[in-house]
This record gives sequence, structure tokens and C-alpha cells, in this order.
Amino acid sequence: MATYYSEEHEWITVEGDVATLGITQHAADQLGEVVFVEQREAGDEFEKGSEIGVIESVKAASEIYAPLDGEVLEVNESLADNPGALNESPEGDAWIYKIKLSDASQLDDLMDLDGYNALIG
Amino acid sequence: MTDAPKRTPLYDLHVELGGKMVDFAGWEMPVQYPMGIMGEHKQCREKAALFDVSHMGQVILRGDNVGEKLETLCPQAYATLKEGKARYGFFTNEDGGIMDDLIVSNAGDHYFVVVNAALRYQDIPHMQANLDGVEVTEIFDRALVAVQGPKAEDVVGELCPAARELKFMETTLADIGGVECRISRLGYTGEDGYEISIPEADAIRVSKLFLAHDDCEPAGLGARDSLRLEAGLCLYGNDIDQSTSPIEASLSWAIQKRRKEEGGFPGAARIQKELTEGAAKKLVGIKPEGRAPARQGVEIQSENGDTLGAITSGSFGPTVGGPVAMGYVAADQSAAGTKVNLIIRGKAQPAEIVALPFVTQNYKR
Repeated sequence: MATYYSEEHEWITVEGDVATLGITQHAADQLGEVVFVEQREAGDEFEKGSEIGVIESVKAASEIYAPLDGEVLEVNESLADNPGALNESPEGDAWIYKIKLSDASQLDDLMDLDGYNALIG
Repeated sequence: MTDAPKRTPLYDLHVELGGKMVDFAGWEMPVQYPMGIMGEHKQCREKAALFDVSHMGQVILRGDNVGEKLETLCPQAYATLKEGKARYGFFTNEDGGIMDDLIVSNAGDHYFVVVNAALRYQDIPHMQANLDGVEVTEIFDRALVAVQGPKAEDVVGELCPAARELKFMETTLADIGGVECRISRLGYTGEDGYEISIPEADAIRVSKLFLAHDDCEPAGLGARDSLRLEAGLCLYGNDIDQSTSPIEASLSWAIQKRRKEEGGFPGAARIQKELTEGAAKKLVGIKPEGRAPARQGVEIQSENGDTLGAITSGSFGPTVGGPVAMGYVAADQSAAGTKVNLIIRGKAQPAEIVALPFVTQNYKR
């Protein structure tokens, strides 16, 4: 199972043609304490670079941008009642979407862990 | 202004304590410490928190009849402000708008004024130009530290017994850790507490004396903002500005009876008219029903879709446990209990107009 990272501080793991998307620990630390997550619905299609949700911390609202084209298969509903999980395990239980990739070759534009660690240096 | 942000006398302490520093109104200030905004907020509500508010302007006024002269710029009864007392107020402009809000203390042989950080460059020339025969001096060599919360009396009182004797909105000079400080029982969190003006050379040492108390932890600007919002206190630039009148801002409580009747301050015509006839819009508390915070600028609509106004301050209230906001609505729609919609990212979110404050103010009268 490969994990990819975007410049917008998202991670994506891919198993077959289903990918799981979330935000990185670094992103969660920068946001501060998350109090609300606005998510799209299952079935919504999106294009790379479009807004696919909003994460609100005590301080401010931050958009989630799609790192590639796809369709929402499943929404992590538990975040509605427990948005703070995004601070505790953003790279684990607090995933945001399961998505179907439209074009797996777009994964080549993303970073691996070494590349991401170099980005956040 | 392209100058690098300025640093307060407590800068090195913020860094030592792990403060996350941001540029605020030209000052490099801690937005939070490792505890985080929610924890710092609750620390202040439940125990005590220490805030650096040295970015605010501290000003000394000396001369004859300073209180009377201040009444020509402010609608407050400063002529009758007794020695040892402090009073919240504001400068008004000729149109009845608010130029800045401030705290004025009668310190006996002078008056002590604290103004907003970003507005010192307006307020100090304004006082120099209009307070005839009054010497207006900004103090640059003192820090200003707020210790706020139900345990503030213990934290400060252990080092300074005189602090226990002060009531809300009283001020005195007292020794703390071997240095003379001006200590005033007031603040901007809705909690009991003090603001303490400390000579800059001693500011970190005295702050560490407070922080040595088990019940006192440092808190940043993030918690300061959520605390004042829950307490229903206006932030200049968000909730009040040059165009809003004190009556619109629900600040008529801060204008004393004699001044309401006599006028004699800038913008009195509009302010007295609004006192009699009511203002067209009113600042109210707004409680979103869902979990989405409504931020500054969000449109407020009636249930049938008419625009009523906009949110001026909005965030998550850690003590309330949900989003809280303030905003202006048309006066005829401002009654507590009125259902409204907030247009957040294009979607109508239900909310209700509520009485301010969101949390009970806990002052020691």
C-alpha cells in the first residue's frame, strides 16, 4: 500500500482503485484545535485543485483542495461529532474521504514521504 | 508601515514558554502557547491565565481638570471619576461614531489611559491636539500584563496583599516582587482579574512570579479573543469602528446619565437622538444552531431571506462548547429569540439571536 503526499499537506493511500485521503500531522499541528469539518457527500465528483471541504479551527477556516480528480465513495462521518480527532490521529482514524480515482497517473505528480518531509523541512 | 514588528518587554519569555509568535497590529505577539487556545481559554475561566497586553498604548495625562477636558472627547463622566477608580469609555467623532475604546483611571496626581495598540498613533495626537493645557505622555518603558480568572486574586494577592482589597474597576500603586507596579482590577475576559503595569526591566521576573503559582498559566491572543467574545465584549475594528455609534453597539451602559442628558461630546446630536428614538441597527449575540463557526463578514438573513446585517466577530466558544458570534441586525429584528439564517459558504445555517454575554461575567464588585 503506497502513501502519497500533496503540497496542500494531504496524504493519500491507495489500495487497488480506492484511495483514502486525509491531512497530515504537520497540517493538523499548523491548524490548531479543529472544531468543525465540512465535508462533501458520497457520489460527489471533483477535479484536481477544487475545494472539497473546509476545516475550521478555533482561529480560522482552511479549505481542503483535491490533490487529483475523483469521486467521493465514503465520508468519515465520525468527524462531524468528533472534529478534534483530526488533531489526535489525522493520519489514522481521522481520514476524511475514501475516493475513487479518475486517473491513477495523477498520483505521479504527488510526493513520497521523503519528498514531503523535505517540503515541510 | 513596513517596519519589522515590535517586541514587548516579555518577548524573551514568550519564546522561552514556547509561544507561537504572530504579527498583530505591528507587534510580535504569542497567539498561543503549547497548551493551545482551548486549554488556555479554559485555564482562564477555571483558574488563572497570564496575558501580555504590552502592545496596548499606556498614556499619562497631567494637568488641571483633566477629567473635565476628557469629557470634551468622550461621552463618559470622567470629571467625576474618583481617585483610585477606572472607567471604560471611548473617543467619539463628530458623526457619533467610535474612534477607539479605552480605559481611563484617576491615579490622583495624573490620569492613566490605556488605548488599543493600533490606534495609539491616532489617539495620542488626538489628545495632544484637543486637551488644552494637558501634558500627554506615552509610556514606553513599562510592560502591561493581565492576570485573569477566578484564581487571579490568589495568584496576585499572594505577592501583593493590596490587590485583594481592590474591587472591580479600582486601581492602586503597589509593590510586587520589590518593584512598584500600577495594579488595576479589570480586564477583558469576562473574569475577575487584574491588569498590571510593570517597569520593563522587571517585567519578565514579575511575570514569572505569577506563573510560579500552580493555578496560573500563560495564554495568548487566541484565547484572549475567544474569552472576550464569549463575554460579549467589543473588539475595536471588528464590532465597533468610526461608523458605528455606541448606541448601535449596545454600549449605552458605558455612557453615564449626566452625559446622556447634557451631551457636550463629539457626535452628541446623533447619540442623544438614538438614545431617545433608538438606532437603526443593533449589535447582538448570535448562537449558530449547528457546529459551523460564523466568521466576520458572514451575512445574517431573516427566515424569509431578507438581509438583516453581518457578523462582526465569530469563533468557537470553548466554554459554551459551540460556535458563538456577534453582529449587527436591523433594530426591529434584534429581539432575543429571533430566528435567523447565517449564509456560510453559500449555505443558510440556522441561528438565533441571544442576549449577551454568552457566559456570565464574573467580576468582583
